[in-house]
Amino acid sequence: MNAVLSTDAPAGPLAIDIESVVKTFGGVVANRDASLQVPHGEIHALVGENGAGKSTLMRVLAGMYAPDAGRVRVNGQDVTGWKTTEAIAAGVGMVHQHFMLVPTLTVAENVVLGIEPRAGWQVDLPRAVREVEALCRKCGLHVDPEALVADLSVGEAQRVEILKALYRGARVLILDEPTAVLSPPEVQELWTVLRALRDDGGTVVLITHKLDEVIAVSDTITVMRAGATVSRFATAGTTPRDIARAMVGRDVNLHLDALGAVDAAALSTTSAAPTAGAPRRDARLVVHNLHLRSDRGTPAVSDLSFEVAGGEILGVAGVEGNGQTELLEAIAGLRPLQQGRIELDARLLSGLSVRQRADAGLSHIPEDRHRRGLVLDYSIADNLILGQQHRFTTRAGLDQAHIQRHAAEQVARFDIRPPLPALPARALSGGNQQKIVIAREMGRDFGVLLAAQPTRGVDVGAIEFIHAQLRAARDAGKAILLISADLSEVLALADRVAVMYRGRFVTVLPRQACSAELLGPYMTGAAA
Amino acid sequence: MSGPSASGAAGSASLSATTLRALEAVLPPVVALCIAAVIGDLLILSFGESPAAVYALLIKGTWGNPYGIGQVLYKTTTLTCTGLAFALAGRAGLFNVGAEGQLAAGGFGAALLGLALPSGLPGLLAVPLCVMAAMLTGAGVGAVPGVLRARFGASEVIVTIMLNFIVLALLNWVVSTHLHLPETLRTPDIHAGTLPRLADWFAVFSGSAANAVLLLALAAAAASWWLLFRTRSGYELRAVGLQPDAAEYGGVHVPRVMWTSMALSGALAGLGGVNFVLGYKGYYEDGFAGGAGFLGIAVALVGRNHPFGIVLSALLFATLSQGGLAVNAIVPKQLTDILTAVVILSVATAVPEVQRQLRAAAASTMAALTRAQQTSGGRAS
Repeated sequence: MNAVLSTDAPAGPLAIDIESVVKTFGGVVANRDASLQVPHGEIHALVGENGAGKSTLMRVLAGMYAPDAGRVRVNGQDVTGWKTTEAIAAGVGMVHQHFMLVPTLTVAENVVLGIEPRAGWQVDLPRAVREVEALCRKCGLHVDPEALVADLSVGEAQRVEILKALYRGARVLILDEPTAVLSPPEVQELWTVLRALRDDGGTVVLITHKLDEVIAVSDTITVMRAGATVSRFATAGTTPRDIARAMVGRDVNLHLDALGAVDAAALSTTSAAPTAGAPRRDARLVVHNLHLRSDRGTPAVSDLSFEVAGGEILGVAGVEGNGQTELLEAIAGLRPLQQGRIELDARLLSGLSVRQRADAGLSHIPEDRHRRGLVLDYSIADNLILGQQHRFTTRAGLDQAHIQRHAAEQVARFDIRPPLPALPARALSGGNQQKIVIAREMGRDFGVLLAAQPTRGVDVGAIEFIHAQLRAARDAGKAILLISADLSEVLALADRVAVMYRGRFVTVLPRQACSAELLGPYMTGAAA
Repeated sequence: MSGPSASGAAGSASLSATTLRALEAVLPPVVALCIAAVIGDLLILSFGESPAAVYALLIKGTWGNPYGIGQVLYKTTTLTCTGLAFALAGRAGLFNVGAEGQLAAGGFGAALLGLALPSGLPGLLAVPLCVMAAMLTGAGVGAVPGVLRARFGASEVIVTIMLNFIVLALLNWVVSTHLHLPETLRTPDIHAGTLPRLADWFAVFSGSAANAVLLLALAAAAASWWLLFRTRSGYELRAVGLQPDAAEYGGVHVPRVMWTSMALSGALAGLGGVNFVLGYKGYYEDGFAGGAGFLGIAVALVGRNHPFGIVLSALLFATLSQGGLAVNAIVPKQLTDILTAVVILSVATAVPEVQRQLRAAAASTMAALTRAQQTSGGRAS
């Protein structure tokens, strides 16, 4: 494997040259023997499973962490262990997964924050606006410099983050999972910007685990696994299958994964087969004329009606924040209805508590496992009964023997690693944490499943497993409402696809009639 | 899957995980106490005294004679109750600063019922009634901030602090206008519902204040442990404290858990009032709480919000408090107050740090284990 790593470096210093970096956190090895070579004028994709050490390596490059061993060079200069301020001064900028913007300030104010142009004692705001405007024009980033950041869409906020880096003179731009929150047209726009940067001689490092993006935009690919760099190849002539194999270290059932719009023909045949074979069953989940408010009191869902039949996965695509969260919470009993009706197997859910809904056959994989899905400091065993605790009680209190037996069964059945029920959930990787939630919600008898972002932040191997579980439940006659910000996941799993925009389903189509290109405009409201 | 090697690794890891958990619970306060001891030494040296002599005197005046032991146990009783009160609310994610008022109210409730009951009533009936009156009064005072938090989202910290003033002033007013003996701020003697002192059973303790309420406090600690860690209510209560959103998702009625745990917290503090009123003096006296409610916060902090830890930590603080009187001869009595403060500060600062270190150690064990498993899993497949 390491033979692939031969440095076919061109003449002149590389923009980025990281050699054999080691970084540990209190005994946890995040990087061991991680290397990265990127010449000027290239878009370089850094790929790998969750926990492969991509973000850590980039933080070492951006000066946020000092490596324990190894060497970092930028433009030929040894900068090992530098500080963020030094990195910024040297033109290395990083756009993080979570934005670091002040929502109450304008775009221009955010961009110049910390290095404001001054007029005497005061910040020269008009000049800041002018400069930001000029920068926008130069890079093709469209955003109003005088708009409040709080009013921006996620895609626009990300552009502000990029502007911030560029305003500080970044010639090396690092983007950590930039497309996780973007709609397809926004993704295309981002690619345009990145290509322009590259053509201007800049260097872009893109962290991602979406393989279609890698193929679409990058020039060269570096793959990391378990903290180390395992291979590096040119994008041209590489297939997603090659990349996936390098990431996981084995063959992956690729066309079933959320790895992008890979093999459309294979995709449509697999998901069409079960619907064709199974007769259409009765509606198990009925939502009628639903109106909901957001936490801020604004309308979040208006006049929404739909049904999910047994043996069917209804996939809801859409950019986050279009009422998906509120819809799920309302069905689960966590949010009051303004108006409307929700029925499960012909039983009215309004007025039932969360526990009564669970007893009626509702399972719920919540969208945020760290906030809702798990009590992180509880053990695996205790998390496996959350929401079912009333079933594990005797007159003398909790039935510890029953809880332990149940945990041992589920840990084995859903392959939760490490298989130690006494460990706190916090100690597990994201994929295994999600398996706890999946085991709890799908390991018991249920009729309707709400699955929100079931594979968010989960590595490729676990995605494969979770998708297989969802398909098996569908084939067993369960009704599944799948909500995912990842369009390729919806396309890979759903029998019918609905696009949610501003609290409504703007379209509902059979899977066979869908494609990313077709749904994209609906997701941004352009085709509503 | 891959046979003995994997299961062996899993077995040893579960053992080390348990050991690490135990270490994580016990080690931080112990380290903090060592730090406090060193600072105490420096303090004593600054008075020109020998630390060994002062500590010897402190031990002699507390654990060195039956009377000292009795006094320490008496103080331990109240501190256990107020420590448990803080911990129970704390486990539900609530910060109950109101134990002082709840303690006083509990003592007053017991006294009121004790005075009202006919003096001929057998103790077997009168004692449980009075104890219940104390706990109910404490629960009532505790429930007010609980309900305000659950219903309106009012900060329980502010409400409990303010309520302390209101309750203490109210009790002072009631006692001084209606219930006091002339020239005092105490009620008449209670005849029904008083509890035996330790000296009634073991003559050596004669003169000391320790009494049967100690057993009630220990029972309360055991019951709190059982409730927190062995019942569904405790499971739900702790979930609310750790992650209210996850608890709500798990079908827990979060507001209800909030106000009931505050009420229960108040009941435990109220039980502490019985110690003075029915166990020691046999009457209610204004101001008897004397800061034991506030000290309960420190007791719970050092005891890591664990009922058994709290009993040990209450013993420590009671020893320091009683020891202050013993060392008064050679150093100012305030030395032990300072020592108490140093203990609290060092626990507050050292515990998170020691915990961080332990977590890191646990994480590296985990990482090694996961690697071992991945390699063994890889071989199997």
